[in-house]
Amino acid sequence: MTIYLDHAATTPINIAALDAFNEQIKKIGNASSVHNQGRAVRKDVEDARHKISELVGAMPSEIIFTASGTEANNLAIKGFFWQSGKRLLVTSAFEHHAVLDPIEWLKENQGAEVIYIPVKHDGFIDLDFLKDVVAKRREEIAVISIMHSNNELGSIQPIAEVVQIAGAIPVHTDAVQSFGKVPFNFEELGVSAATLSAHKIGGPLGVAALVLKHGIDLAPLLHGGGQEREIRSGTINAPGIVAFAKAAEVAIATRERNFKAIRELRDQLITGLKQVVPDVIINSPADPALPGVVNISIPGTESDALLLLLDSEGVSASAGSACSAGVPRPSHVLIAMGIAEELADASLRISIGASNTSEEIKKVISLMPSVVERARNAFAVGKLS
Amino acid sequence: MKLIAAMSGGVDSAVAAARAHEAGHDVTGVHLALSMNPQKYRSGARGCCTIEDSHDARRAADVIGIPFYIWDMAEDFHKDVVENFLSEYSAGRTPNPCLRCNEKIKFAAVLDRAIGLGFDGVVTGHYAQLRESSDGKLMYRAVDPAKDQSYVLAVLNKDQLAKSFFPLGDTKKDDVRVEAKKRGLYVANKPDSHDICFVPSGDNAGWLREKLGSETGPIVDESGAKVGEHKGAYTYTVGQRRGLGLSVPTATGEPRYVLKIEPKSNTVVVGVKSDLAVKKIVGEKPIWCGPIPKEDTKFTGFAQVRAHGAPLPCTYWQSGSQIQVELNEPLFGLATGQGLVIYDGDRVVGSATVCATE
Repeated sequence: MTIYLDHAATTPINIAALDAFNEQIKKIGNASSVHNQGRAVRKDVEDARHKISELVGAMPSEIIFTASGTEANNLAIKGFFWQSGKRLLVTSAFEHHAVLDPIEWLKENQGAEVIYIPVKHDGFIDLDFLKDVVAKRREEIAVISIMHSNNELGSIQPIAEVVQIAGAIPVHTDAVQSFGKVPFNFEELGVSAATLSAHKIGGPLGVAALVLKHGIDLAPLLHGGGQEREIRSGTINAPGIVAFAKAAEVAIATRERNFKAIRELRDQLITGLKQVVPDVIINSPADPALPGVVNISIPGTESDALLLLLDSEGVSASAGSACSAGVPRPSHVLIAMGIAEELADASLRISIGASNTSEEIKKVISLMPSVVERARNAFAVGKLS
Repeated sequence: MKLIAAMSGGVDSAVAAARAHEAGHDVTGVHLALSMNPQKYRSGARGCCTIEDSHDARRAADVIGIPFYIWDMAEDFHKDVVENFLSEYSAGRTPNPCLRCNEKIKFAAVLDRAIGLGFDGVVTGHYAQLRESSDGKLMYRAVDPAKDQSYVLAVLNKDQLAKSFFPLGDTKKDDVRVEAKKRGLYVANKPDSHDICFVPSGDNAGWLREKLGSETGPIVDESGAKVGEHKGAYTYTVGQRRGLGLSVPTATGEPRYVLKIEPKSNTVVVGVKSDLAVKKIVGEKPIWCGPIPKEDTKFTGFAQVRAHGAPLPCTYWQSGSQIQVELNEPLFGLATGQGLVIYDGDRVVGSATVCATE
């Protein structure tokens, strides 16, 4: 028996999306070719683009397909930096590494200056700090990049307020955790760019998109055939894109129902955890938040021990991130929130999806006391030595 | 049994894990991250701390079909092994960091954590044999004399040995490589590691100079007369003959050797070969790998003072908290801090740290 509770990492493929993928991949033809096969594939891709643009509240021409959310984030950040000629980048301290690392790279290698908006203890960015930065440095800012919802906490950030504060400054938001799970409308939000990803919503791996406001030009990362609005080159991944559109369609159609069901499971989990592990600390805010991300700290344990023990019981969860050698690191997200290192080291992210059941949550709660006891034993000997 | 297999990314630990798994144990692979910055300690593929090694270990675990995790032991390793290595050198002793790592990390921190998590023991790819006896598990030399690692394992006490498993002790290294290939383990042809894993270039002397400074100082003979100048006392070892660059020759023209390093006065003491001869060794902080020999009773056996040194016939006894050794034939060049391991035939009796010689 395995219980998958890592839906924020990736979520099972949607069967309708898989069918769409399998149908599309059988078709011959490069979407950029002028012959009839090429035209047929191009039509499928453009239908998909159209569909996604409707679902996200954008124009079809505003959808630039990429190979990953990481690529879309890199494209937005480096693109705005290079295109604007301005050198100040503004972001938050708890972004995903796909945002933090390109910014850090620009700082190290291209003379960028970075201002990190602090994160308050409740898991939301400090808007007053942002206001202050914008008031003082408005003309120098190349882009403000703040995630729509945090992948480790689930907290939904006040992006509409960010846009308002930013005024004419471009705002990019990494929305890979939000799109398809909570209301997200590109046009209404008023951001200049947003990152979406297929595999977070039941689509295939290897396809994502940068939604980029009409009329904005970005310096490309990849030079070549210029397939995507001359901003992104590379043969168009027709099966991935078509399946992405199908997954998005299903996700949006079932969004409200899933939100409610997942929320119930989340609340069941939190209530149960508090009963069996009375000193558990819930790091995630209740609202506004994604339906199913629960970040907890269990004092006197270590994340990697908790993960190993849960894994051995068939429960898949996650924690923080690992360096390239796979060494567990305390979550920079929790550290940014001001959570003490020993509690960040003792954290666990449980992310619930539509495929989970109440019985599974019950089972996980029943496993926790023995998992926590063993994790605490291991932690205690570590501190003695 | 539920076992943790410590997997370095090398061929030995991969085959050891595979054998334990095949024997029906519930095996979980663990790679120990020993450096806070994995690129820092070693850039080649030889050591135990690189990204490639952790990937190789993961790949081996996948091929075997066991779960795999990385345990961050960098802090413990730095404190208990690297810093200890440096402080021992600064005190004029010559430590063996592999002994220390086995004593403090692999069969202490890792074993304790494994037990805390509900595992029954630890499997490693070390070459040594464990045999059950009425006195618990006893440790013997490996079948392959060239690979025998019983010396660096002689820091394990009875309780640690009871929870340790060395599935390769009965096998020759060449056969382990053949077996790895048969099992589809890509690490089959990975070269053996030899050097100290946390010294990046393999240049111990240079690394010690960098860490401990390289203040020049006098090289003196036994009478205290200055006969030359050294380039940092830490980088000399007892018994060393080459690279001394002495300006004053001995009266007889005999070559001279390092006899002693005195860190406080930053002095290296040299003398002729006969001054290096050691007949008696005293070891402190003994660890017994089985039954404790009766106090003040003399036994005959073998003493070994280097990982791949020869077993030296001797008489040994324990008195107080020390092991006393009388060698049948003198040994030339032995530094304090080295590991003294006592064997009864092929069986490891115990170990101690050399604290005095005569």
